[in-house]
Amino acid sequence: MGNEVKQSVKTSEIMDGLTKSLKSSFLVEWYSTLVGFLSGSKSFYVLLGIGILIVYAGTMGAFDAFRIGYRHAYGVTRDIPWGILISTYIFFVVTSTGLCIVSAIGHVFGVKDFMPVVKRAVFLSIVTITAGFTVIFFEIENPIRMALYNVISPGLTSNIWWMGTLYGIYMFFMIVEFIFILLDNHRLATYFGLSGLIAGIAAHSNLGAIFGMLHAREYWYGPYLPVYFIASALMSGCATIIFFTWLGYKITNEKMDRPMLRSLEAVSKLCMLMIAVILFLTVWKIITGLVGGPDKIEALRAMMTGPYAFNFWVLEMLIGLVVPFIIFLSSKGKNVGMSFLASAMMVFAIFFMRYDLVVIGQIVPVYHELGVREYAGLAAYTPTFHEIMVVVAGLGITATTFLVGEKVFGGHKSEIH
Amino acid sequence: MKNVKIDLGNLKKESMDSVSPMERREFLKIGLIITGVFAGGTVLSAVSNFNSVFASPEEAAEKYPYKPHYGMVIRQDRCIDCERCIDACTLTNDVPSYGWRTRILEKDVPDATGRKREFIPVLCNQCNNPPCVRACPTRATVKDEKTGIVLMRSYKCIGCKNCMLACPYSARYFNEERHAIDKCNFCYDTRLSKGEKLTACAAACPTGARNFGDLSDPDSDVYKMVHQLERTVWVLRPEVGAKPNVFYTKG
Repeated sequence: MGNEVKQSVKTSEIMDGLTKSLKSSFLVEWYSTLVGFLSGSKSFYVLLGIGILIVYAGTMGAFDAFRIGYRHAYGVTRDIPWGILISTYIFFVVTSTGLCIVSAIGHVFGVKDFMPVVKRAVFLSIVTITAGFTVIFFEIENPIRMALYNVISPGLTSNIWWMGTLYGIYMFFMIVEFIFILLDNHRLATYFGLSGLIAGIAAHSNLGAIFGMLHAREYWYGPYLPVYFIASALMSGCATIIFFTWLGYKITNEKMDRPMLRSLEAVSKLCMLMIAVILFLTVWKIITGLVGGPDKIEALRAMMTGPYAFNFWVLEMLIGLVVPFIIFLSSKGKNVGMSFLASAMMVFAIFFMRYDLVVIGQIVPVYHELGVREYAGLAAYTPTFHEIMVVVAGLGITATTFLVGEKVFGGHKSEIH
Repeated sequence: MKNVKIDLGNLKKESMDSVSPMERREFLKIGLIITGVFAGGTVLSAVSNFNSVFASPEEAAEKYPYKPHYGMVIRQDRCIDCERCIDACTLTNDVPSYGWRTRILEKDVPDATGRKREFIPVLCNQCNNPPCVRACPTRATVKDEKTGIVLMRSYKCIGCKNCMLACPYSARYFNEERHAIDKCNFCYDTRLSKGEKLTACAAACPTGARNFGDLSDPDSDVYKMVHQLERTVWVLRPEVGAKPNVFYTKG
């Protein structure tokens, strides 16, 4: 496949390629993967069963929240309208965008060392964006209206509109790319990979701009966040692909071959670079913030010495950035086990990075500077049981789909050359 | 240095409280304002207020582009926190117990006139450059082209709450019954469109703290309250640049 397509890509060509592949290998391949799926080891099915139970429990919690009303079920308030669900959504889509960029380095820009992780990265980017959309479905008060009025009444000045629309387009491109990778049509897959990358980057910088363009919120306002989000996405993408590749090989109980080891080494090095970039951005964010307006200083103080100090210093800085950096540096990315450890720490800590970014931006009330009694203190937010269940549903979807993907797509072995 | 004798007991203070009200009034009549008074500062300086008001009628029209251009002037020192405005608003606009369209904030001020605190009524500022309208992904909130009131199109609201965060005045909340964000709209649907001249809160205010009217009409009370030289007029959170239409003044 793929050799007969030589000239420029047209829609008809794409359709032709698709139908031909469908006729020849597609069904056969799917049949064989189905057989393969059913012949997995016992422990695999135990894991899968647990994953499905987690998804079930999470979605039940989410529907229960829907039933009793979000105002009662969720911990968000008038002062802090965006809580852990928004930050979890960001966590997932940042990861997705990052995985897309990592896959594009290999697949679109042809860096050989990144090729072995491409297939898994593309698949997981679809998985994580799906998890993200699931979480946001239970965050938005009227998701049905969203589907309708996003189309017939677009707010073109709104970053949320651009972000949502572009992420929809992005998801479509990534799915098509993955299908073409499965069909071994790498020329078309590359085109869709590039389109997905462009849509993903545009969507993701808009996600940063949702916060960056809120001029009433000093902590977020400015061009910093759109830039930070892209850098942060690449860092997340590197960590996530190391994390899931290692797990994938553990599940299938296989040994990594030479190209895969080399690939993870290259990803580890890029990951190290991106940690440095994020550290650099964070340091300057703090230093510039400390000479800013009183609201910003107040928020930074809460982050560094106040109620969010543990999150910031221990989770974000230590577990999320500094220790993984040291691990990568000392093992030079050659020790897969160590790279996995570092990436696992990062994936865990990045979740809190998003949480802190979202919540700390809201803790200083808008009337704080006015000096009134009602807004003298910082606003507080604690996630509720129902919110955590929605997060669990998102994580469960990611875990379960990852497991299924490993089996169905045969450990994402790629024959990309 | 031996001959210099400073009579410490009879030194005159140079801070604000040494300026008598009469002196200040005379001073203001010549078209100057004293800055620093309401900023809690101790520096007394005088600058011309004229340029910060209007150079020409054209400029005024630019600042008040709507007809009628509804606005509110709050005489902060007149508010006694009786909350009749809140009750009237709640009743008129079906505001649930968990939300508010307007509220009164309380500030401790060790003030020279003997008052210990002042009350600051807040509501939607119906900004000329509304951050909430820009942020809405489905155009569920709009700036009314005629009156400049920021209105909700509730049926389009998806409940993403971006507008709540975009608002510099915390004027928005999610209303469960309407399944949409709710906010003050100067009683547009409940009173103004039915021929009433005042919002429910302004009509209920017993002290004249809340003054509602057309800022584009030079004969209106609110216009006169904003465009005078004797009292300082300010808005909340001017640094955001939203160009609010709720003004505050004292005295």
